[in-house]
Amino acid sequence: MLSLIVFLPILAGLVILAVPSSQKQIIRIVSLLAAIAQGVLAVLIWQGYDASLPGITAAAGGAPEGSFQFIERVPWINLDLGGMGSLNIEYFLGVDGISITMVILTALISIIGILSSWPIQKQVKGYFILYNLLATAMMGCFVALDFFLFYVFWELMLLPMYFLIGIWGGPNREYAAIKFFLYTLFGSVFMLLVMIGLYFSVIDPLTGNHTFSLVAMASQENYIKDAILGPDNVMWRYAAFIVLFIGFAIKVPMFPFHTWLPDAHVEAPTPISVILAGVLLKLGTYGMMRINFPLFPEVFQASLYVIAVLGAINIIYGAFCALAQQDLKKMVAYSSISHMGYVLLGLAAANSEGMVGALYQMFNHGTITAMLFLLVGVIYDRAHTRQIDRFGGLASYMPVYAAVVTIAWFASLGLPGLSGFISEAFVFVGAFSSVTTRNVAIVSVLGIVFGAAYLLWSLQRMFLGKRKDDAAYDLEVGADGHEHIHFHDWKGKLDLDARELVMLVPLAVIVIFLGIYPMPVLGMLTSSINKLVEVLSPVVMTALN
Amino acid sequence: MFELPSGAEIQSIIAALKTGVGFFMPEIYLSVLFMLLIIVDLAVKGRKNNLLPLLAVLGLAGSFYFIYQQHLLEAGEIFFGMYALDGFAIFFKYFFVISGILAVLISVADDQLNRHARSMGEYYALIVAMVIGMIMMASSTDLLMMFLSMELVGLTAYVLTGYRKDDPRSSEGALKYLVYGAVSTGLMVYGFSLIYGITAQTNIMKISSELALHGYDPLVMMLASLLILAGFGYKIGAVPFHFWSPDVYEGAPTPVTAYLSVGSKAAGFAILMRFFYVAIPHGGEPFQDIVGIDWLMLLIVIAIASMIYGNVVALWQKNVKRMLAYSSIAHAGYLLLGIIAMDALGTQATLFYLLGYLLMNIGAFYVVIMISNRTGSENLDDYRGLGKEMPLAGAALTVFLISLVGLPPTVGFIGKLMIFSALLAKGSVYIWLALIGVLTSVISLYYYMLIPLNMYLRESNQPVEAKAGTGMAHKVAIAVLMLLTIYFGLFFKPLVDFAKVSSSMLGVTIY
Repeated sequence: MLSLIVFLPILAGLVILAVPSSQKQIIRIVSLLAAIAQGVLAVLIWQGYDASLPGITAAAGGAPEGSFQFIERVPWINLDLGGMGSLNIEYFLGVDGISITMVILTALISIIGILSSWPIQKQVKGYFILYNLLATAMMGCFVALDFFLFYVFWELMLLPMYFLIGIWGGPNREYAAIKFFLYTLFGSVFMLLVMIGLYFSVIDPLTGNHTFSLVAMASQENYIKDAILGPDNVMWRYAAFIVLFIGFAIKVPMFPFHTWLPDAHVEAPTPISVILAGVLLKLGTYGMMRINFPLFPEVFQASLYVIAVLGAINIIYGAFCALAQQDLKKMVAYSSISHMGYVLLGLAAANSEGMVGALYQMFNHGTITAMLFLLVGVIYDRAHTRQIDRFGGLASYMPVYAAVVTIAWFASLGLPGLSGFISEAFVFVGAFSSVTTRNVAIVSVLGIVFGAAYLLWSLQRMFLGKRKDDAAYDLEVGADGHEHIHFHDWKGKLDLDARELVMLVPLAVIVIFLGIYPMPVLGMLTSSINKLVEVLSPVVMTALN
Repeated sequence: MFELPSGAEIQSIIAALKTGVGFFMPEIYLSVLFMLLIIVDLAVKGRKNNLLPLLAVLGLAGSFYFIYQQHLLEAGEIFFGMYALDGFAIFFKYFFVISGILAVLISVADDQLNRHARSMGEYYALIVAMVIGMIMMASSTDLLMMFLSMELVGLTAYVLTGYRKDDPRSSEGALKYLVYGAVSTGLMVYGFSLIYGITAQTNIMKISSELALHGYDPLVMMLASLLILAGFGYKIGAVPFHFWSPDVYEGAPTPVTAYLSVGSKAAGFAILMRFFYVAIPHGGEPFQDIVGIDWLMLLIVIAIASMIYGNVVALWQKNVKRMLAYSSIAHAGYLLLGIIAMDALGTQATLFYLLGYLLMNIGAFYVVIMISNRTGSENLDDYRGLGKEMPLAGAALTVFLISLVGLPPTVGFIGKLMIFSALLAKGSVYIWLALIGVLTSVISLYYYMLIPLNMYLRESNQPVEAKAGTGMAHKVAIAVLMLLTIYFGLFFKPLVDFAKVSSSMLGVTIY
């Protein structure tokens, strides 16, 4: 089941390889079908998922069964290394509450991304092959439970992303693409070293061999005491935690490693921005929750305050930057930085409320920010500009568009009744109840105010008021005496067309529904989060020592 | 005072030589092939252009039979301790024959070489001769044999580099190669003579036991190690013995560049490992540890310098061949890391990395040749927009370059993984070496990606005149290399196992 959901896109990619490049419609439809099949599988997995099982670590006795679900585990590579014992790499997939949330999000965003890619005309075949490769890699990351496998998927994302930004991007795409590539690789090469170090430090209790299994790594009793990353080697454990954290923080992206994100977003085509903000950024915080924190819980406990402060900087700095942007897409990109800061803050709270909030915020940010980027894409398609001050009074000419924008904008600023509110509320409840992060939480609340400021201000400037003198569109009085606007070379429907509605309406429904009744998602992830909090708690660690 | 050997002694010498021949079949076979190629060239002079490369490829492939037979033989020294037959040597025999076959294939593919070179007759014979020389380098257990085999490789390489007489760059490269080669070989022989002066032995096993038994002056031995490293370092193209390589790589015909960058480098590593592991073992069983000669420290310095220098200088290169030359300096650094680990895992990692390097580097040069057939240039700017014109070549080159960076799922990633594993398995002593390794590979991403950047992200600035497309056979060959690069990145067990059984010298698993 999980293998299928991971490799369906790549199969579609192989099919596309055989389709002649002139058959653009077939290529799109094949990709869409694969994405929909992926979505169906995600729903089936969701239906079959037992929310009472905890995940994170192995069940009692050391076996992942009974803790993780939909497990697929086969030996992939077994090497006898003579004196070094053996090298065991497994093809090991499975989901728990943390990953299933992300699997559903990824499947959803993949479909939206394909729909949003429909108008792309340049090298359609290459585009969809790369897109499918990216979809496989993303999904693989979220279900891989072997560190080696995770790393392969993690790195596999880079190359398609590089080309998707680099070939189909905006004018400054070369710079943005290589910057993205270099930043992420810089973070992940350290991950490679930590991965090797962990391998030599961890023993799988079931086989007695060294292992790459993240499940075994998440239990501190599986570590060899004097190994390089064993409990005795405090210095290297701190070093490993820090470099892993930086590696994941680059992806989040966390201040001061965030500078690649605005560049990448501004240059990337709309669907890639959607994927980037909707799924890829979550990989950073997912990696922290799956790998960085549970493997080094004592270092995590020692650095709660630092992580919280970094989260607060993200929230406020991101909001300030967003406030200063003239380019709508750049504003949304900085708002992503700000909103991912809530995730960091929630994680730093290290209690159930905060962590639930963080994971729920990851899901909600995925859906909300996908809407934001789609909406930016809608106006950019029509006007070929994203400068906020070149619009005005759009609400009276594009009412449906304005309505959807309002929902998305309000969801983003955390209006009660929309999903973003619940996750942010959880984050703050968690952060306030933790003594370490209380002060930081108080400061971070300001982020909400600034968030409201830039969102409402842009809404007001673009949609309310009157047409500006240098607007990106012309005003015409139609035969019926009403005023219409006219974008220079836009031939399509002025307001949202059917395809755009198909993308946006389900997202809006999800955002509203999960704002009113969050239990479908919260119910799924709570037991895993509780387990994670338990694994990370200082009590368990002192008991071990 | 010299005495004539008695009849019985002569008898025993002849008997030893006869047994030795049985262990020497691949080399004899290849020598016959070498002469056959020259004779056939004389016979068909000017006609039947494709006969010679075909003969060379088939002939080289035929040697697999004789090499395979050697698995059955017992490992040991032959010809009075001049020469070894062991897993290590057999590994490199396969390696050099494969690289020779690939070198012939890409030579056939290169239009420029075939159009401009006066006669291609001796060319293929020289490639075979170099295969013989490299095999002997990997098998020599005697200082004299080491010197002679290195000279055999060197001399054929000089001629191959200068094969395009009409191109001044080619001649310049050959001359530089010769001059640097002469100097560094001279230094190496001086080092050999110092060792001979101390031990009165030329066989590396005997040198080792002599040093352990009778002691030595550490300073003189250190000097000797340094001088010998100059000779080996020149062959592997490591800093600071690399000065020849950018000019030679740029000037030489591209197939020769590819051949040198893989074959000659691997031969250098083979001889370096055999000499230092056996003659001056350092820290470990089974050979007695020779203390006080910190050649490992020298290797560490050389490795760091190579990784940093090679990768940083490559950033500014505008010519793809020159860029790959600097990248090959960096790869020499990575390969040295495996030797520095000084254990079974490290040796295994080095051998594995060499196999991966063979695939990805020959593959990269193969595509470079295909592109220069089309555009007549190896400049980065002329790669613009080629991704659309040559989809397969572009995709393949991207895979090879990603593999050279060391990203999954390619064989280059597994190579780096094994090398860094070998370092980290030592605990925390070599973490900083591994750190330099990974950081320099981030740098390498930038310049390697310049090639796909030009091929895919930029539009061609002049219309490419439609030339005859790439032949089907070459497309297949490139596709096979590309798929192997990915396949062995995912299912690398066979290669690692092969590297493992091969990391034994003279029947003893070294380190």
